[in-house]
Amino acid sequence: MSARELAKDQPASFAFNAEYLERAKKVIAKYPAGRQASAVIPLLDFAQRQEGWVTRPAIEAIAKMLDMAAIRVLEVATFYTMFNLAPVGKTHIQVCTSLSCAVRGAGDVLKTCKDKLGIDAGDVTADKAFSLIEVECSGACVNAPVVQIGDDYYEDVDPASMAKLIDAFKRGETPKYGSMIGRDGSAPAGEPITLTEDPTKPIPKQDLAAAKAAFEKAKAEAAAKAAAPKA
Amino acid sequence: MPKLTVDGIAVEVPPNATILQAAEQAGVEIPRFCYHERLSIAGNCRMCLVDVEKSPKPVASCAMPAAEGMVVHTRSDRANKARAGVMEFLLINHPLDCPICDQGGECDLQDQAMAYGADRGRFHENKRAVKDKDLGPLVATTMTRCIHCTRCVRFATEVAGVPELGAVARGENMEITNYLGQMLSSELSGNVVDLCPVGALTNKPYAFGGRPWELRKTESIDVMDAVGTNIRVDAREQRVMRVLPRIHEDVNEEWLADKSRQACDGLSNQRLDRPYVRKNGKLTEATWQEAFAAVTAKVRGLPGAKVAAIAGDLCDAESMFALKELMTALGSTNIDCRQDGAALDARNRASYIFNTSIAGIEQADAILIIGSNPRTEAPILNARIRKRYLKGGLQVGVIGPQVDLTYKAKNLGNDAGIVSQIASGSHEFANVLKNAKKPMLIVGQGALARADGAQILAAAKQIADSCGLIKDGWNGFNVLHTAAARVGGLDLGFVPGNGGKDVRGILDGASKGEIEVVYLLGADEIDSAKLGKAFVIYQGHHGDRGAHRADVILPGAAYTEKDGLYVNTEGRVQAALRAVFPPGDAREDWTIIRALSESLGKALPFDNLAQLRARLRDAAPTFATVDKVQPAAWGAFGTAGQVNATPFEYPVKNYYMTDPISRASRTMARCTEAFVMGGAQKTGTDG
Repeated sequence: MSARELAKDQPASFAFNAEYLERAKKVIAKYPAGRQASAVIPLLDFAQRQEGWVTRPAIEAIAKMLDMAAIRVLEVATFYTMFNLAPVGKTHIQVCTSLSCAVRGAGDVLKTCKDKLGIDAGDVTADKAFSLIEVECSGACVNAPVVQIGDDYYEDVDPASMAKLIDAFKRGETPKYGSMIGRDGSAPAGEPITLTEDPTKPIPKQDLAAAKAAFEKAKAEAAAKAAAPKA
Repeated sequence: MPKLTVDGIAVEVPPNATILQAAEQAGVEIPRFCYHERLSIAGNCRMCLVDVEKSPKPVASCAMPAAEGMVVHTRSDRANKARAGVMEFLLINHPLDCPICDQGGECDLQDQAMAYGADRGRFHENKRAVKDKDLGPLVATTMTRCIHCTRCVRFATEVAGVPELGAVARGENMEITNYLGQMLSSELSGNVVDLCPVGALTNKPYAFGGRPWELRKTESIDVMDAVGTNIRVDAREQRVMRVLPRIHEDVNEEWLADKSRQACDGLSNQRLDRPYVRKNGKLTEATWQEAFAAVTAKVRGLPGAKVAAIAGDLCDAESMFALKELMTALGSTNIDCRQDGAALDARNRASYIFNTSIAGIEQADAILIIGSNPRTEAPILNARIRKRYLKGGLQVGVIGPQVDLTYKAKNLGNDAGIVSQIASGSHEFANVLKNAKKPMLIVGQGALARADGAQILAAAKQIADSCGLIKDGWNGFNVLHTAAARVGGLDLGFVPGNGGKDVRGILDGASKGEIEVVYLLGADEIDSAKLGKAFVIYQGHHGDRGAHRADVILPGAAYTEKDGLYVNTEGRVQAALRAVFPPGDAREDWTIIRALSESLGKALPFDNLAQLRARLRDAAPTFATVDKVQPAAWGAFGTAGQVNATPFEYPVKNYYMTDPISRASRTMARCTEAFVMGGAQKTGTDG
């Protein structure tokens, strides 16, 4: 893999629409004068939300807005893989294939996506409805495997639930995010196996004398075993 | 002032010094790739790791401030092991192509791998490969060799002021690149080659030209602009292979402008290597005797008033002095070294030198630039202004066409009348200068080489007097020259004597027939059509404009081929040394004039360079001290009068071609095509 590059086909121009321009101004106002460059990541994000991806005119427009060199904006845009440098589909599927997800079966999930959509990772479907990429750790390892679609995390995904998700998106629905196997957040799947006692009851008193007797007995047995002649 | 010990040596360092600087003070060398004393600290190569007692990990000495009581070990096992580890990682992706790499023999990575590298690698996967970038005609790239020290990025952003380089992507995919294929549009771009610690950025015109150990190195002075950059001329046999900067803190620090570095291939093209005499309208090859005979036949018996001499922009002081003596012997006072007709007043030294000095720019807090574009006229000096600008609190005002100077400058308008307004105090910038602690102004040749140049000079002096530019220990009046020979010529008085004609008068006289003989000492920037029917003797090194018009050509030496004194715009006398011999029958310039004087029966009273220089020192005492700036006394100069309210024009139209050497250079032609014509001239028949 070589450095991420801007897409070959670029639109002619870029301008924030009224909503994002308003938000951009608010973000820029957070920083002291002369430090507007700090707003570069939010602005790139706004540009991506508006256009679907970060275009070259957008990079240059943001550079101009923040009074920084275009190469500085390009550095940021290429550093973070979350910025799409080429057009993506309406439904952008990001399958995490880092370690935790990989051992929990992310490979199969990815294969399901490829088979169902008929595209490879990094591609966009012909109707521009779906795009699929592999990403590094999404930061939700405890619910692995994780698939990010849009801004939502779909967790505990397996090939079957992945197929269902894709079908739902194909129908134009937006399925509920979160665990696909019904876990509550990152709580354990199924029944709790630790801390099962009722926390409202007092802690049972320990019989220290009995414990001490058991310890002494074990000690004596060990000593006797050590002293016995080797068989 | 923290005190610490480095390898057992106790040192006391200034506050804010780093461990690496403390080690340098202690005389301990620490290997480094990304750290450079003239750039900001990046701390990303990790080669400078040292062991600090009570620190759990080795620390990067370039970025760690030295603290009281630190005990630093730079040669401990842990430090050595840490560096060996860094080196192993660097070599994972660095190709082993040293035999075909131009950096070989002067490569930091090569040298430091000798000290810290393992004898084999443990990395069995594929090495990465990176696409090369096009940085223009001066810098060749082999980006696979890059170790991401980011020195070039920091140089372009900080010193050159053209933030066009950057590091895109991350991790193993990180690449140093220019913005989407843009060329590096700086007059200082060649310096990234010197800064690059590996062979990723190399000198494109010099590619595969030679190995450092084959080259003969001569310390010399550059003449492509009036800064007097200290250079090292690397030659092999009788050919100048490349030019590198030398460190001189008060002049060029360690930078070198692109034209000075890369125009050296022009020294091998279009050379005048034998005398020529015009016979039947055609220049034909001749011997020295024939050439001298032709001159003698014409000049002997001619009254001095009918003879004139013009000195060019690249002349050494010795040859100008010898020519002046010869003209005096011939009874002529028609001599001038101001080809562009600039209204410089040779009687008052303070009126034509850069009084503040180049290093003094760093103390200024307000600068008024009149009719000068320092970025093209003196890129090194412009970098110094930018250095001052980056410290903050500098106000710059420019009178002249709008240009990008690489720092924020307020364009006051392009109208010479503004100079008078500031002088009379009616313009707001007068208050900026008055309120500044150390204000300075820079007058360029674009302002002085006009018909009303003397009036502008007087107005500039009035600004200096009325706005407090002249104080105890501070002289803020500066003239920025474009010609390396100019200050030297003025210092030794190569200007019209009593009743003598200046350049305009000489050309006028020649076209009217009043002047019958014109001696051009490397003078190519005059309008040779105005020489009329005069008999033209051209002494110089390139077949350029002057030689085309000449009736007799006396082949001289270029700046790398003679020992000579040059005076930079500050008035600093510097000695250049001969790196190679002049080609063919060409000779050092002062010897030609000495030999001609004999032929004319007016033998000059010196037989060697030492005698000539002794006479020169007697005539112009400022030449007695080499590499020292002699402060000039403030006095009256300029001609008060009306300044025409017309726009200025900058003297340098094409930075890459300003003199016979750069006009003969293929590299400079490529630069002109790439940067000045913007590649827009390409037609379907190109390439």
